[in-house]
Amino acid sequence: MRSRNTRRGVAFAAALASTGLILAGCASSDSGGGEAVSGTWPGEGKAECKDLSQLADFGDLSDKSISVYTSIVAPEDQPHIDSWKLFTTCTGATPEYEGSKEFEAQLQVRVQAGNPPDIAYVPQPGLLQTLVGTGKVVEAPSQVSDNADKWFGEDWKSYGSVDGTFYAAPLGANVKSFVWYSPKMFADNGWDIPQTWDDMLALSDKIAASGMKPWCAGIESGEATGWPATDWLEDVLLRSAGPDVYDQWVSHEIPFNDSAVATALDDVGGILKNDKYVNGGIGDVSSIATTAFQDGGLPILKGDCAMHRQASFYAANWPEGTDVSENGDVFAFYLPPMGDEFGNPVLGGGEFVAAFSDRPEVQAFQTYLSTDVWANEKAKASPAGGWVSANKGLDINNLASPIDKLSGEILQDPDAVFRFDGSDMMPGEVGAGSFWKEMTDWITGGSTKDALDNIESSWPS
Amino acid sequence: MTTTNPDLGALETDAPGPEPVSTSAHRALTSPWASIAAVVIAVLWTIPTLGLFITSFRPESDITSSGWWKIFTNPSFTMSNYDQVLHGSDTKLTTYFVNSIVITLPAVIIPISIATLAAYAFVWMKFPGRDLLFVAIFALQIVPIQVTLIPLLKLYVHPPLNLMPLAGPDAPGGGFYTLWLSHTIFALPLAIYLLHNFMSQIPGELIESARVDGAGHVQIFTRIMLPLMAPAIAAFGILQFLWVWNDLLVAITFGSPTTFPLTARLAELSGTRGNDWFLLSAGAFVSLVIPLIVFLSLQRYFVRGLLAGSVKG
Repeated sequence: MRSRNTRRGVAFAAALASTGLILAGCASSDSGGGEAVSGTWPGEGKAECKDLSQLADFGDLSDKSISVYTSIVAPEDQPHIDSWKLFTTCTGATPEYEGSKEFEAQLQVRVQAGNPPDIAYVPQPGLLQTLVGTGKVVEAPSQVSDNADKWFGEDWKSYGSVDGTFYAAPLGANVKSFVWYSPKMFADNGWDIPQTWDDMLALSDKIAASGMKPWCAGIESGEATGWPATDWLEDVLLRSAGPDVYDQWVSHEIPFNDSAVATALDDVGGILKNDKYVNGGIGDVSSIATTAFQDGGLPILKGDCAMHRQASFYAANWPEGTDVSENGDVFAFYLPPMGDEFGNPVLGGGEFVAAFSDRPEVQAFQTYLSTDVWANEKAKASPAGGWVSANKGLDINNLASPIDKLSGEILQDPDAVFRFDGSDMMPGEVGAGSFWKEMTDWITGGSTKDALDNIESSWPS
Repeated sequence: MTTTNPDLGALETDAPGPEPVSTSAHRALTSPWASIAAVVIAVLWTIPTLGLFITSFRPESDITSSGWWKIFTNPSFTMSNYDQVLHGSDTKLTTYFVNSIVITLPAVIIPISIATLAAYAFVWMKFPGRDLLFVAIFALQIVPIQVTLIPLLKLYVHPPLNLMPLAGPDAPGGGFYTLWLSHTIFALPLAIYLLHNFMSQIPGELIESARVDGAGHVQIFTRIMLPLMAPAIAAFGILQFLWVWNDLLVAITFGSPTTFPLTARLAELSGTRGNDWFLLSAGAFVSLVIPLIVFLSLQRYFVRGLLAGSVKG
């Protein structure tokens, strides 16, 4: 019996060892990146590639592929894929698209597990900082840095930098300082688009007097419930206290519950917590907290509500067949400033291209995405609209939808003072936690002071 | 769930008169009140599903503006939701369907094969440390799947001893190995535990007489155990099938776009900012079809298998 067991043990060990050897034999020897540039680029002599001469630096990249991971899913993914065709023509390399709604969580899992994509479209500067903190993000090559200087404002470049090092070039953008309204309704009633904050309040009173609740809103968004209200506060703070105070507030140089912020939140409350103003076509003030943000502006179509403050991307929420244009069923106007002091503040967001590899094809792709050529290709590849970029080389006429054109004009306006969505830049505990939660409590009856004090105390030290 | 159950034996002897327990239980359950209660519960339970089903046929503007019960006063139906779910993406839904099947079948068969063998060993073979090992496997059930994601993925990407990486850019087999392996790993503790309990109820005399007749472990296992275990194997098979079919976390963590199952497509159905959420009801019913067929065709095993380990045979 003894000897039989031993024999079995030996056989088992031998089987295990041989399996291991076979598997080890299969292991590919990792080349590890940083390969030398070779060959001439396939774009040489092609007319459509002449504006992309920067890509010649990376040589022949035929049969190489680049994995791209984004938070943008179907149907918005196809325009992205289409806009890369020129890159493949000029370099030979093929980017592989992968979009996921679990992007933020999954990207961190993949990075920590050592399986990052080559390129990720990071939608928040705060997340970019976290990723850079893992040490896996590769610094942008000089070509990308040059392009960012040339085509984007200094503010945009700084959002793609961490501690003074430039990592990620801006990609797309969206404008959040919009108020959606119905041009037809406004024309029928003889209402004008307000040019100042006071005009807007006067118009709200006028509409309220006619028996209609002028504003509608919804801040429910699953686990992110409350974020539309944070945008309200940021937009108003940018107007009442100016961009400098806003920057200090975002970077926590002044406390979260500073008196300027309290004033701004009270101004928001003047609209969102005013029984006479909200919640058109939906219910009372507290219904804001339970209405999905996707549905918050829909009463405008039924004529139950006149105005809805939401970003440019809300355009996709109107049911199919809605005419979104200057004289159509719905359109948006720029949320007016409170005074002349601070110019035209614009609150917005956008994505940034972070790379986890320095292989030539990855760097070539980063370069391509930072050019004006790509921005125009993307605009042409998006016939349904819903995309705009802060790239100064983007020709507004290439944008498909009227709302994108308006966004593009606002982003390229030299008087515009652009600021990135503050909650996306604050630490996660605040920007994706207490800020959302306390704003929801505030809508449902909490006081301004309690809300701001609670967020301040949750700021990580 | 223990191998011997003295309480139950005591209950049986306490039953009044010569009437068997099953008859009295049968009578108690067929009282009109019980029937009414059952019907009420069934109706309440089904209403949300019915609402979802009706919603899946309503036009977008109706779904976003009013509840499904408005269908009775204002009926309007459309197939466009199903059309968008089935044909709305650049990747055909059939690809995801095939992926789901390719992931699910091995992820059900592999753990069942290993678990029946392991259960047999734990019940009928004597080796040192058997109980300790069994308790260790049982204890593994309490490890939440989430804490294993990153370490496991690390192992797949950079395996020790220069083994072949199973995940990452050069994943073999399109990356399906990691999914099969992960599902097997996560399923085994419960599978072994369930099948062990079932198997230990098979009377030892049966095994002994087979031994006397000259049967070895292999013959006992294939000729006696497997046929007797069929209900338990089928029951666990359904459980594991439903779990793997409905899984999203494992699929998107360890898989790649080429291996994504139906659930991954469903999760993205509502669009980047959730503006197409009206499609979800139609999507839910599309993904429901296969599990429903599996469940209905195997449900008698499921009911029988649920009792596995509860009553002494």
